[in-house]
Amino acid sequence: MTATSADLRARAEEASAALPGLILSAERLAAMVAPGTHGLRRAGTGEDFWQYRPAGTGDTARAIDWRRSARSDTQFVRDREAQSAQTVKLWVSTGKGMAYGGSQSRPTKAQRAQVLALAMAMVLLRGGEKVGLLGHPARQGRFQAGFLARSLASAPIADEDSDAPAPDDLRPNQRLIIISDFLSDCDWVEPLLTRAAGLGVSGVLVQVLDPDEESFPFQGAVAFRSLAGQQRHDSRDAAGLRDEYLMRLARRRDWLRSHAELAGWYFNHHGTDQAPAHLLGWLYQILGR
Amino acid sequence: MLVLGPIGFAAPWVLTALIALPVLWLILRAMPPAPRRVLFPGVALLQGLTDRDPVAQRTPWWLLLLRMMAIAALVLGLAGPVWKPVAQADLDDALLVILDAGWAAAPDWSIRQERAESALKAANSKGKPAALLIADGRNDRAALSFDTGQALLGQVRGAQPVAWPTTYPADPEEVLANLPDGRLTTLWISDGLDHPGHDQWQSTLIERGELRVFAPSVRPVTLALSEADEPTLLLRNAPQDNVPEIVAIGPDPQGIERELARFRGDGPNVVEDGNQRAIPIAMPPELRNRVSRFEIDGQRHAGAVLLADDRVRRRKVGLVGDADNQGEGQQLLSPLFYLRRALAPGADISEGGLGDVLDAAPDVVIVADQVDMADAPQLSEWVEEGGILIRFAGPRMAAYEDLTAEPLLPVDLRQGGRDIGGALSWGDPRGLLPFAADGIFAGLEAPADVAIRAQLMAQPSPELSQRTIASLSDNTPLVTRQRLGQGQVVLFHVTANPDWSNLPLSGAFVKMLERLVAMARVSNDLTAIDQGAETFWTPISTLDGFGRTTSIDGLAPVAGEELDAGPGPDRPAGIYGASERRRALNAGGPVTTARWGNAQIEQDDADPGMFLRGYLLGLAAILLAFDALGSALVVRGGRIAVLAILLALMQPATETRAQDGVMPDPELVRAADEVALAYVLTGDPATDQTSQEGLAGLSFALRQRTSVEPGEPIGIDLDNDDLALLTFLYWPVTDDQPAPSPGAYLRLNHFLRSGGMILFDTNDGDVAGVGGPDMSQALRRLAAPLEIPPLAPVPEDHVLTRTFYLLGDFPGRWDGNPVWVEAPPAREDSADPVGFRQLNDGVTPVVIGANGWAEAWAIDDGGYARFPVGRGWEGERQREMAFRFGINLIMYVLTGNYKSDQVHVPELLDRLRIEEGGGP
Repeated sequence: MTATSADLRARAEEASAALPGLILSAERLAAMVAPGTHGLRRAGTGEDFWQYRPAGTGDTARAIDWRRSARSDTQFVRDREAQSAQTVKLWVSTGKGMAYGGSQSRPTKAQRAQVLALAMAMVLLRGGEKVGLLGHPARQGRFQAGFLARSLASAPIADEDSDAPAPDDLRPNQRLIIISDFLSDCDWVEPLLTRAAGLGVSGVLVQVLDPDEESFPFQGAVAFRSLAGQQRHDSRDAAGLRDEYLMRLARRRDWLRSHAELAGWYFNHHGTDQAPAHLLGWLYQILGR
Repeated sequence: MLVLGPIGFAAPWVLTALIALPVLWLILRAMPPAPRRVLFPGVALLQGLTDRDPVAQRTPWWLLLLRMMAIAALVLGLAGPVWKPVAQADLDDALLVILDAGWAAAPDWSIRQERAESALKAANSKGKPAALLIADGRNDRAALSFDTGQALLGQVRGAQPVAWPTTYPADPEEVLANLPDGRLTTLWISDGLDHPGHDQWQSTLIERGELRVFAPSVRPVTLALSEADEPTLLLRNAPQDNVPEIVAIGPDPQGIERELARFRGDGPNVVEDGNQRAIPIAMPPELRNRVSRFEIDGQRHAGAVLLADDRVRRRKVGLVGDADNQGEGQQLLSPLFYLRRALAPGADISEGGLGDVLDAAPDVVIVADQVDMADAPQLSEWVEEGGILIRFAGPRMAAYEDLTAEPLLPVDLRQGGRDIGGALSWGDPRGLLPFAADGIFAGLEAPADVAIRAQLMAQPSPELSQRTIASLSDNTPLVTRQRLGQGQVVLFHVTANPDWSNLPLSGAFVKMLERLVAMARVSNDLTAIDQGAETFWTPISTLDGFGRTTSIDGLAPVAGEELDAGPGPDRPAGIYGASERRRALNAGGPVTTARWGNAQIEQDDADPGMFLRGYLLGLAAILLAFDALGSALVVRGGRIAVLAILLALMQPATETRAQDGVMPDPELVRAADEVALAYVLTGDPATDQTSQEGLAGLSFALRQRTSVEPGEPIGIDLDNDDLALLTFLYWPVTDDQPAPSPGAYLRLNHFLRSGGMILFDTNDGDVAGVGGPDMSQALRRLAAPLEIPPLAPVPEDHVLTRTFYLLGDFPGRWDGNPVWVEAPPAREDSADPVGFRQLNDGVTPVVIGANGWAEAWAIDDGGYARFPVGRGWEGERQREMAFRFGINLIMYVLTGNYKSDQVHVPELLDRLRIEEGGGP
């Protein structure tokens, strides 16, 4: 967690550079409550030019665009594109287990999760969406990226092995991106998804894992400890546990995926040895769908 | 002590601990290494899993073996093992310990003391009576009292070796009067040498019982002085493979004792004879006279110290001549003055009448221009006994009528002498012939500037050439010599003052006298010159048994005869003096090894057995260290071991450091980049400004007319600026210019050598009218330290006249003064041209003139000429020629002899044509 917010932001910028600004899918635009700078491909209130149209009755003289009108005999009104904004909330696990990095050459899971979250936030902010951390207000604009970077980088690591998002922070008509390792206690997932489905909140579960956690490269006598020291397992033949462990991990993922799909959510997992752009691309597709 | 084969154990009961080893094996084997601790967030997924096939983790066999070996080594080490232990003999009778305490016992004195102590302790523990005889000859008469060994330990510990040979009491029976009944076991801690009474004691003791001898296996290395004419160091009993060095010690000029010289015992001029080596004392006389002692390096006993006395030290020279009681100024006329000055560094000089001088027992007597001496019979007697008489000729001798009858002359002399090279004589003053290679002066260089103007001539005789030891260039004798009895008579056929020759003023005179004096045999028999009466010698400084100087308290003067007998109980080795004479009594000398009939001999260097404890404990420690490393290897995986190895490997890796590059002054970089012309800052603002403007003008002309486009001129501070980047330097010479620092001259010379050029401009063409390098004092002062080749005025066909313009002369603001460049080689086809020319591709390193070029070139900011040149049109023409000279000069600097090579172009083309055509 030594990364300062500037570092974090730089890495996130790098990761998100390839993606154009994302405009969330207009799936639920009809039910949009919060107006925002979301281009709706139709005339309305907004800032960007949409079209010139002949002035009709009811258009005030102020509304007439005189420069355009001067080129012809009729009066024109300059319409702007109707805009509104989606709200996306981010939640990154700060459990102690996230501080794990199997090798010096790899970032810890927490670092990678923060990069992913911030990169996604930048893509969204570029698209004009409102982005915020779960439990904090969502805002638009470039400065929000800096705020998010600071918040993520300064988020304290919990003493517990895992932590969970508070379901009460969910608000209707949001999108939620949850990034965690989903290794320790995952009981919170099910209630959260249930409540989210009820509130019409859709989102993504992203599991960030270290390669060591995916391959279990241990052998011989090993005393395993969780990073917070809360859990332990002593083995005299760690290699013999590998198959069992991998099976359990796969089962955990299946469970997460099935629950997510039931709630209309999406699930994916990401290894810290992979480039963050892979997952960003996937998120881009999912959220823009 | 338990002895198992070659190994003995001091504490055998510790070995029982070895029984525990198998138990340890089982315990260690059952204890597995600690599991690795791994932090792993996925523990939650492992909860409840059981090991499918728990691997039996046991300590690896090699680790186990390592530990067992470590513990075994520990146990064995603690048991005090000894390799090939020496069994201590038992003692059944009364014990007598004879401790040889002469100087020969000094080197390993502490070992002897230990041996005596251990024997006395053993006797004490057995309750046997014991006695101690310290054989230093000081306590002869008293009968020994037998006592407990404990009471004698103090005596043993307090005993010190003495500076004379071991001396045994004369009568063994008398000493052993108090012997208790029964047999006597004797431990004779000998110094290994035979001393008087040795055989008698040996037979007596063997009669009384068992005799054990503790003797060193090597004889002590001793140093003595040979009795030959020339004192030589005799090194005896030196080991063949490692001959020790001999150190000469004496006061340095400040009076501090220090090492003056060091002789190799196996040097090239060492004469080896059996176990004796004769080492010549090769030292300059002044140094040799200061030597107070010679020591064998690394030997600590009185026999290895040779105290230097009169035999090694200064010769005594008696000077006989007219007392020089004239005024101070006329001392330089006295022969004795020159003799005194020549001899004083290496000899003791006594002066006076012949009788007085002979009373002082000199080694050499020098008589300057004396004839018909009153004490001649005594003198001749002294010479026949081995003295050396050196006589000098002189006006008195030349005028003496009875010269043919004069005694004590090596050759018959003609009366009157001869003058050479005087105003009215034919011929020039004569020089010296080189000294004969086998004569006494062999190796001395005959100085070429010595001229002999007068000499005494010898009567021709068959022996003359034989007796001549130095002669003039016309083969007439200069120095002659004749043996007389054991002594010699030497005659210099010239005076000892510069009246007849300048020989006394030359260094050769000093060396010749040194040789002659060194030839003198120092009388070894110092007592022989005593005038009958018994002389008593008072100890001045004495040695102890270790060869250290010790106090002389309690020593009485010793009669001469006693000293002749060598050191003894009342006369330790040391320096003894009687009036002015010094005599050294030295302990070292020939030694004979003692023989021990059927006595039981224990060698002092017999191996007491090798104690293995340290090795075994060390081995155990190393094994345990490896065990720790191995355990870490097992627990932490290979990482730590690899880390340790890497650390070990990285240790010698040297740090590479970036070179501290000093960037030159950016202004200089610009100058080099733009081929800027440079001038020397003289410190005079007006001159500097003129130089600046002059070079600016020249630069402007160059830019306009040629492809050389110099930048803004640059001023160079010779003391600080680096010249390496420059090619051309304009140096206006002013009278009050401070000379650059030596470092600046180094840089300037390097600059000249590496192809730079300096244009010296004395700018005094209007005043001096001549100019040139030999006219300006300031220029000579400034340029003296520079490596400037021979100079000449610019020849008509010099390259400088045609590098750009064709020029006839080189005017500046002034005209008509010659311009000097490096002189061309004497001939174009000379076999080996001067090195300097080749160095710079034939470009002259300096151009020197007085024409004030900078003033002619100088332009102001507006481009107008700063100084007037000449008058009217002709003046402008002269300025134009000055610019042309400048352009030619810069072209010359930049292109070298390119233009002169152009001369050869037709020839080169011809050659190419021939080569292409395949033949003429």
